[in-house]
Amino acid sequence: MPVAVRGGGEKLWMRRTRAGDIVAWFGWLVGVAIVVASFELISQVTIWAFVWDAPAQGADLIGRMFPPRWSYASQLWKPMWDTINMATLGTGLAVLLGVPVAFLAAHNTTPSVVFVRPTAIFVIVFSRSINSLIWALLLVVVFGPGTLAGILSIGLRSIGFIGKLLYEAIEEIDTTQVEAITATGAGRGQVLAWGIVPQIMPAFAGITVFRWDINIREATVLGLVGAGGIGMQLQASINVLAWPQVTVIFALILVTVLASEWLSARVRHAVI
Amino acid sequence: MGAAETPPPGLMLQISGLTKRYATGDLALTDVSLTVPDGQVMALIGPSGAGKSTLIRCVNRLVEPTGGKVVLNGDDITALGQGALRRARRRMGMIFQEYALVERLSVMENVLSGRLGYVGFWRSYFRRFPQADITEAFRLLARVGLDHMVDKRADALSGGQRQRVGIVRALMQNPELLLVDEPTASLDPKTSRQIMRLVVELCGERGLAAIINIHDVALAQAFAQRIVGLQGGRIVYDGPPDGLTAEVLTTIYGEEDWSKTMSKVEEDAETEPAV
Amino acid sequence: MEASIALSGGPIRRWRPKPLIENPWTRYAVYLAAILYAGIAFGTLDINWARAAEGFERGGRFIAGFFPPDFVSKRVEITEGLIESITMTVVSTAIGIVLSIPVALGAARNLAPLPIYLFCRAIIALSRTFQEIIIAIVFVAMVGFGPLAGMLTLAFATIGFMAKLLAEDIEDIEVAQAEAVRATGASWFQLLAWGIQPQVLPRLIGLSAYRLDINFRESAVLGLVGAGGIGDTLNNSFERYEFDTAAAIMLIIIIIVMGCEYSSSWIRRRVQ
Repeated sequence: MPVAVRGGGEKLWMRRTRAGDIVAWFGWLVGVAIVVASFELISQVTIWAFVWDAPAQGADLIGRMFPPRWSYASQLWKPMWDTINMATLGTGLAVLLGVPVAFLAAHNTTPSVVFVRPTAIFVIVFSRSINSLIWALLLVVVFGPGTLAGILSIGLRSIGFIGKLLYEAIEEIDTTQVEAITATGAGRGQVLAWGIVPQIMPAFAGITVFRWDINIREATVLGLVGAGGIGMQLQASINVLAWPQVTVIFALILVTVLASEWLSARVRHAVI
Repeated sequence: MGAAETPPPGLMLQISGLTKRYATGDLALTDVSLTVPDGQVMALIGPSGAGKSTLIRCVNRLVEPTGGKVVLNGDDITALGQGALRRARRRMGMIFQEYALVERLSVMENVLSGRLGYVGFWRSYFRRFPQADITEAFRLLARVGLDHMVDKRADALSGGQRQRVGIVRALMQNPELLLVDEPTASLDPKTSRQIMRLVVELCGERGLAAIINIHDVALAQAFAQRIVGLQGGRIVYDGPPDGLTAEVLTTIYGEEDWSKTMSKVEEDAETEPAV
Repeated sequence: MEASIALSGGPIRRWRPKPLIENPWTRYAVYLAAILYAGIAFGTLDINWARAAEGFERGGRFIAGFFPPDFVSKRVEITEGLIESITMTVVSTAIGIVLSIPVALGAARNLAPLPIYLFCRAIIALSRTFQEIIIAIVFVAMVGFGPLAGMLTLAFATIGFMAKLLAEDIEDIEVAQAEAVRATGASWFQLLAWGIQPQVLPRLIGLSAYRLDINFRESAVLGLVGAGGIGDTLNNSFERYEFDTAAAIMLIIIIIVMGCEYSSSWIRRRVQ
């Protein structure tokens, strides 16, 4: 007990017992030891000479990146347009597939807890655990380089995201409203449409726009593995060490991402 | 304006010409002057938005006054720099509306937080308070009947218990003056009376002066020695509790049938043991 | 609709649900714009449908190439990659969290003066705008190939993520509790330790567990641009058409990610 009585009847108080103190300090020690050991492993495979050179390298890199070759931008409008489309259509695909999965995964709407729910949850976890770049890597092999692979990889990755957040929202709904609708004699579909859907609409809109915003960011790099969009120009420019072009691409991505973030914040603010 | 530089002995707090205008342009206090003698329990009444909260927060400068002067036992609070202000705050214990305990800390930690102004950062961070503080904390907790709950988390207590922890926290500062902000808001009527009685008793025991913001006129009349009525940021009444007539209440709060409130005051004879 | 029943005898009052967008012109303009966008987006995607159709047949062969997953023949590379990923994750999360705390304090409007606030918000924006891969490209260019670049990337991304969410939490604290601590004469650091830390600590722990999880996932793809980790191994096996090894690596990633997901949600439940 943190309260102890000393000989003279004086009460002592400590936040933890002695043993608790030792456990806490030992825990910190172990944590720090793990981090230091991990860093040691990284450091072994690092060529430190390069790292000490990093400020010079960085300065050199910046030197080569400036001045940006702004004229290159004229070749970037189409890839940027593709990038945005990949994000938007991929998000659309994920909504089409993710919403049913969410309803199948939520324990209060799933038709069967024994089979359907675990399957739906597995789909969600599976989709979430594969990064969209890895999806793209696979799909480029299947469908060839291009935006189709990009759309599909964004869609496949986003199913899990939308499905997870949406099924959590469905499970958190206010059950009395559903009871009230059920009490009017409504059928299953009507209960869904009148008791559940109105409650999750704001969450749904928020989640979708949020994912769209993330997807814009993701879509900018899918081209590095050949899945279309501005990443392909980035890859090409880096391969030929055309750093002034890379600057232009970075600037364009920055503007696009900031714009999409602003838009998504506006929409989420409006629906919540 | 223009208060005496050396206070006559026995004056705990002198407020002169206190004015507060918020950044929004709202004028919360206009030229408020007030003196509180040693050991006096004063109730500050008035409608919501009259400036009660602002007034007591200007005393310990949780809110910076725009103009005027606050003198605590001869020291001009309004002229202090940051470090000196922190030392001055130790001399003024504050009790809050809705308790304002740090919910995730234990009762003992909340009580000991009253000593923060006296111990260094690392000492307080590792909870190594001087044994004298801990002994005092146990004594005060026993005084308010909570010494069996020292390791309960503050959010596990009832409203009355939390407010008693809040009172002990303020007393731990070993203050000269108590600033009490709506201590009974969100408490039931019985607990409200118990808490008010406790505050008044403790002030009596330690010879503390107190300013108590309170919206319940009956409670104010029952427990305070003096009542100050605030309306629109100005003092409109300053006198004994029994001087609160229907006309006075109308100037403070506006037109209303005051007979109900007044009669409640007379029933105020029954006694419950203060906790 | 049914509302008219109550008014039998009076004039018939019709009722239709209120549309989301009040003005019919704007409403139809929005619908039209959406349809138009979808059309143009699809039209300009230049998807090679012949190649895509061929893809399904290819996909079959491709998936067949995955089986059975081969954990054995590249086990040394796989183990090395995994250890690199894990060490990158641990170190970057630790460094990122430690650095994100001061940035979060600076980015909370209720604590920081305006210039510091703007500076910290700028750090957050910079770290969040670019996809990790892009940041990794820059770090690889600066410190050379290997896990150090990956670690720096993840640490940088962690700062933006943690600081933003933590700053929001600090801005949402109960002001009364902090004010009470201030009224005792506490110093600024004591205010942080007594008035703010207890309120935000559960969130900080939850976010840290979540970010550890994210960092591992990301560490699995940073290898695509040479920033070390299991992604390097995965990328190599794809390039050498060793799909059975790739399948094994992906399975390992999925299992670890699922493990992280369950344990991080368990930690978050514990500290609430």
